[in-house]
Amino acid sequence: MADNFPEFFDTRGLRFAIDDGFSWVVANYGDMFERLLMPLLKLLSGMETFLQWLPWYVTIAAIAALTYSASRSLKATAGAAIMLVFIGALGLWNDAMATVALMLAATVVAVVVGIPLGIAMARWDGLRSMALPLLDIMQTLPIFVYLIPFVMLFGPGKIPAILATVFFAIPPVIRLTDLGIRQVDSEVVEAITAFGATPRQKLFKVQIPLALPTIMAGINQTTMMALSMVVIASMIGAGGLGYQVLQGIQRLEVSRGLIAGIAIVFLAVIFDRIAQSYGRRAQKHLASGE
Amino acid sequence: MTASDVKIQVDKVYKIFGDRPDDAIAELRAGAQKTEVLQKTGCVVGLKDIDFSIHNGETFVIMGLSGSGKSTLIRHFNRLIEPTAGRILIDGRNIMEMNAGELLAFRRNGISMVFQRFGLLPHQTVLENTICGPILQGMNRREAVALGMEQLELVGLKGFENRFPRQLSGGMQQRVGLARALATKADVLLMDEAFSALDPLIKSDMQEQLKDIQARLKKTIIFITHDLDEALHLGDRIAILKDGELRQVGTGEEILFRPADDYVERFVRKVDLSRAMYAHEAFTKVPVLTSTEATPERSAALLREHPGVVVTNGVGPRLLARGATGEAISVASVDAGAAIGQCFPLLAAHDAIVVTEGGAATGMLTREMAFKALARSVRKA
Repeated sequence: MADNFPEFFDTRGLRFAIDDGFSWVVANYGDMFERLLMPLLKLLSGMETFLQWLPWYVTIAAIAALTYSASRSLKATAGAAIMLVFIGALGLWNDAMATVALMLAATVVAVVVGIPLGIAMARWDGLRSMALPLLDIMQTLPIFVYLIPFVMLFGPGKIPAILATVFFAIPPVIRLTDLGIRQVDSEVVEAITAFGATPRQKLFKVQIPLALPTIMAGINQTTMMALSMVVIASMIGAGGLGYQVLQGIQRLEVSRGLIAGIAIVFLAVIFDRIAQSYGRRAQKHLASGE
Repeated sequence: MTASDVKIQVDKVYKIFGDRPDDAIAELRAGAQKTEVLQKTGCVVGLKDIDFSIHNGETFVIMGLSGSGKSTLIRHFNRLIEPTAGRILIDGRNIMEMNAGELLAFRRNGISMVFQRFGLLPHQTVLENTICGPILQGMNRREAVALGMEQLELVGLKGFENRFPRQLSGGMQQRVGLARALATKADVLLMDEAFSALDPLIKSDMQEQLKDIQARLKKTIIFITHDLDEALHLGDRIAILKDGELRQVGTGEEILFRPADDYVERFVRKVDLSRAMYAHEAFTKVPVLTSTEATPERSAALLREHPGVVVTNGVGPRLLARGATGEAISVASVDAGAAIGQCFPLLAAHDAIVVTEGGAATGMLTREMAFKALARSVRKA
């Protein structure tokens, strides 16, 4: 057997230092963070209550209308409606709405935070060179690792669940906003500059509209990643379909896990269709007439 | 040319790319070559000591091959690129001293630009693109739309205002680019290889259209090209740029027939002289008579002193050439401004043709005259 890797120093000290440091933050600033994030909790709870209060047929009609307005395809619209009815028929309606609320709230936060960050990265190379490795870390770090500090800060519940979901889902929208803006034809930007556009006019009249298809692709990926996070988020109290899966695991009930899993897949398909169709339409607008 | 005719003055402009521009300029001023500057300071010399002036209402062509710095230079006039040293005065005002607000106002009102790959906004209609300058100037929408329609009509795109750029051919897209540039009513028009991306036929159409528009609007145009024929065709004066240095500034004729150095000489050697020389440089003035004046005796007398006589009878000029017998015969006529090359087909069909100036016949051009003029220019070159 090979020799053990030599121990250079006592890692317990390092771990204690990190843990103590974090405990200190929790003890001194935990309340502040919690107060700071109350609006987020209100957003999520509000959405969840609203979606569960809304009669199921209204929700299905609304999502079907959204699908149709994005895709202009009757087939896709019927598909979305049938899948939603199926979820309801399996007795998972309220869980599904809780999941949709978490996914939507996380996506909204990710988009609201991510798009400006992406724009800032596209503008300042220095910020970009710092942010890229950070985003790489966020995407490769096992998701469970940052569940721990969030749970310590806020205790199990919805806030850590939504924060962890946002953290997990935000990298694509940041990356693709940055990429989309960088890919805008430099001559078009130069032209509008030559005609006396201010940086703000450049951003809103040229760069964002032209980057929109790429930004939409980022939002789509973010939506999908948020949805894929729901099972894990349910471990720290997010509820919803993920909780059903978790219970299936704990009780070794194949049926419970399988049915809730299928419902998650259905939601993923529906929202993916909607987001992709919006992205395609944005793109078609740019290439109109081909 | 008096000083007041100077519209733009470029005063010892340097552009250095790299981290030590001051050292690089010092080296250059001490007489170092570009390669030495690169070795010593790690800086690339983009433009070196550029110094010339452009007159009001002039079409000034800056010509050079790729890498000569011409696209860098044209971007100095609206400060899309900042020079490392030197001044550029437009209407006597140093544009380098403008603050951000003044620069915006100057870009909106004082100068406009046409781009090689058009630079149109793909998500906006032809009309929206055309009025982007006036809208940025703060003009109200209704006025801007009226102005935009006027410009589109000027460039021959009436009826296309609601299309998107992608729906148009390259030539039409560049017309939108031109209409957009004209819509700001700026006096100075920058054209960065504006026609280089177009098919040859479309390109020459656009050149004619530009000349037409310029004859009416009398803008000060700075035109960048790598095409010597285009430079000779459009430019009142031409600047030849090589490796960021100005080799010669002069009229087309000066460049062609009195090249300043070996480089310019090699550059112009390949030019098609038949396109760079015009009928007025080769033809001979001859007496013009009406058909009643043109009695056989009088014609014979005139033919002893002149190579021919033009007879006009209201229908079209006819020519009586020396050595020919009998009646004056109908021949084709060309304008004195036509290139010699354009006369070749006519000269192949006739021994001699009539040359008109401003619509009135004034002289004649024979095969021999055309040939001699070309031979003369080759000897000069």
